Amino acid sequence: MHYTIALAGNPNSGKTTVFNALTGSRQHVGNWPGVTVDKKEGVYKKDKEMSILDLPGTYSLSPYSAEEIIARDFIVKEKPDCVIDVLDGTTIERNLYLALQIMETGVPTVLAINMMDEVTSHGDVIDFKRLEVEFGVEVVPLEARTGKGLDRLMDAVKRTIETKKVPKKLSVYALAGKVDEDTLADKRYSLITDIIGSAVHKNERGVIEKESLSDRIDKVLTNKFIALPAFAVIMYFLFAATFSENFLFIKGLSSPGVALASLVEFLWGSLTDLISSFLQTAGAADWAYSLVISGIMEGLGAVLGFLPLILVLYVLMSFLEDSGYMARVAFVMDRLFRRFGLSGRSFIPLLMGFGCSVPAIMATRTLDSEKDRRITTLLCGFMPCGAKLPIFIMFVAAFFSDGNKTLVLFFIYLLSLSVSVVVSLILNKVVYKGETSNFLMELPQYRLPTLTSVWIHGYEKVKGFIQKAGTVILAATILIWLLSNFNVNSFNGRNQEQYGTTLSPIESSFLASVGKTVAPVFAPAGFGTWRPTVGIATGWIAKEIVVVTLAQLYAEDVSEEYLLSFFSSFGEDELLEYGFEDGVYDSNVAGDIYTEVILPEGLDVQALPTLKQDILTKQAALAYMAFNLLCMPCFAAVGAMKRELKSWKRTSSAVGIQMLTAYIVAVLINILGNLFA
Amino acid sequence: MTLGDLKPGETAKVVAIGTSGAMRQRILDMGVTPHVQVQLIKVAPLGDPVEITVRGYQLSLRKSEAAFIEIEK
Repeated sequence: MHYTIALAGNPNSGKTTVFNALTGSRQHVGNWPGVTVDKKEGVYKKDKEMSILDLPGTYSLSPYSAEEIIARDFIVKEKPDCVIDVLDGTTIERNLYLALQIMETGVPTVLAINMMDEVTSHGDVIDFKRLEVEFGVEVVPLEARTGKGLDRLMDAVKRTIETKKVPKKLSVYALAGKVDEDTLADKRYSLITDIIGSAVHKNERGVIEKESLSDRIDKVLTNKFIALPAFAVIMYFLFAATFSENFLFIKGLSSPGVALASLVEFLWGSLTDLISSFLQTAGAADWAYSLVISGIMEGLGAVLGFLPLILVLYVLMSFLEDSGYMARVAFVMDRLFRRFGLSGRSFIPLLMGFGCSVPAIMATRTLDSEKDRRITTLLCGFMPCGAKLPIFIMFVAAFFSDGNKTLVLFFIYLLSLSVSVVVSLILNKVVYKGETSNFLMELPQYRLPTLTSVWIHGYEKVKGFIQKAGTVILAATILIWLLSNFNVNSFNGRNQEQYGTTLSPIESSFLASVGKTVAPVFAPAGFGTWRPTVGIATGWIAKEIVVVTLAQLYAEDVSEEYLLSFFSSFGEDELLEYGFEDGVYDSNVAGDIYTEVILPEGLDVQALPTLKQDILTKQAALAYMAFNLLCMPCFAAVGAMKRELKSWKRTSSAVGIQMLTAYIVAVLINILGNLFA
Repeated sequence: MTLGDLKPGETAKVVAIGTSGAMRQRILDMGVTPHVQVQLIKVAPLGDPVEITVRGYQLSLRKSEAAFIEIEK
């Protein structure tokens, strides 16, 4: 016989900890149809016949929010064999409100009173027998953090299913629909107050005199003067631990995120080299070699490269979430972000966007409302992530060497923020018109999170990214590879005759043809020629590739003679620093060093003169930078968007808005620049 | 007077909820019902939202939301 058990409870009641403890690693995360709410299912690890479904955390079953409707519909329509309602024993009064609504449906129910260790340490005593008599269901004490009481809970569940025990019908249940909502809520709470008056013995001195550790921590962290600086320090640490190359201000010390990322990059690079030499020895065809190395290995590498960042960021984020601090972040930042049509919780994803959009987009899951999640996901693509930086630096060096370079970079950052604010306000006015958000939210007690739960969160994010985003990234990378390496002559043998390979050079590839067709669209923005257009497209593989592509497309500017004369001005030390072995110029590696070091770091102010014939003015260069900043982010980020937005329709409209915004802003910059310059 | 007029540390009794629809239901569901005792704990550093204690737990709400909650001292 197969049973379905639903897990219900308030947010912060420890429901997820119970779910993880009961199912272990045997979980499946999907989503409820039509909404961006996770649907987690698993199998009880001690009895495979029992499947457990984790309902969204809610405070009630009132049919107003997506989460509440899901929970109510599942309980009423799917009729699970038993509902486990997890209650936070330290705030039992409010937690029983949901319990009452669940029991009202008549579904077999077991109440699990969690956080018993804290209840006991407060000196409170709960009379479980009394609660069982009052409600007519089994009531079990639980310490989900340590796992104490889980077996007893599941025994109670089995007994409840076997005896088909349904909750006692209380007179308050009959009132639903007959009295107004005030009276109903009041009657429910009055009943709860009566019952806990006799079943819960509060330690009287606790409430007034003794300030808990949690209250003391809160006094500091949300203090009028300390709150914002403390917040800045915590956010800096979160950001630095994921992205910093000089962690804790120590020069050269990699943060955990960067260290893991370089390890992955090194291992993947070695594997690629190994496969490369194997293919060469085996005499693989040019196109097959290029497919494996530039298509598949690069595509998979793009997926793998993000995993360390997601893992580190998510482990830290779950720590903040489980500790109760995330609710305070929202409390502190709400006022500022509400003006922009967002919530205080949007701050963290947007901040992370400065490092990398992929973990940033995945962090939108902690937002409470669907509207905020969708808008923030879209805005993450506008952030000047680390990979976009080389584009800006190269353009600033090439076009603004005579001006204030810092000012131009500052303009780009300012542009990213102001465009985000404007787009958010427009979306609030147009798309999400009339959707009011509320900020009625519990500020939970501070708690030290368990390592297991923090680890499970990080692990699940990584797994989810590989499953949901991996295929998107790989497929898109291979598609761009195909377009940039093939043309019609690849298939009729002319390439073979002319170049001795079926592959085509990028300047005559399908991608170049597409670029030539599309390019005139960008004429109003000042860069309506095909080469910059193709650069934008290859940037979708990873934004830093724009620089490499431009160097490839403007090959005449990176000729052997040019490189020789450029590098001849440097001494041995500098050549060594740029990566020439023993500080000696080597024409075999000069091209690579030029595109991988000199251009991205903006070290050649004379760089790419032919590019300056395609992009004639400073305003056109600025427009090109703005377009790359705001248009569709890399495929990895699009994969993450798809994962969070849960549908291709929503993902493509978000990307559409990003492209449109990028275009409008680029054109505006060029036109205004032409007017005033 | 409303909950929005309360100063940190002050306690009061809820009299009525002056709004309707989803917002009213949410306020009630969170345990802010007529007759309940509430205490204003603090105001956020930027001046909004506020934190109250009700039914033994801490609840945050915006001032615009607190303005719907009629109280008497």
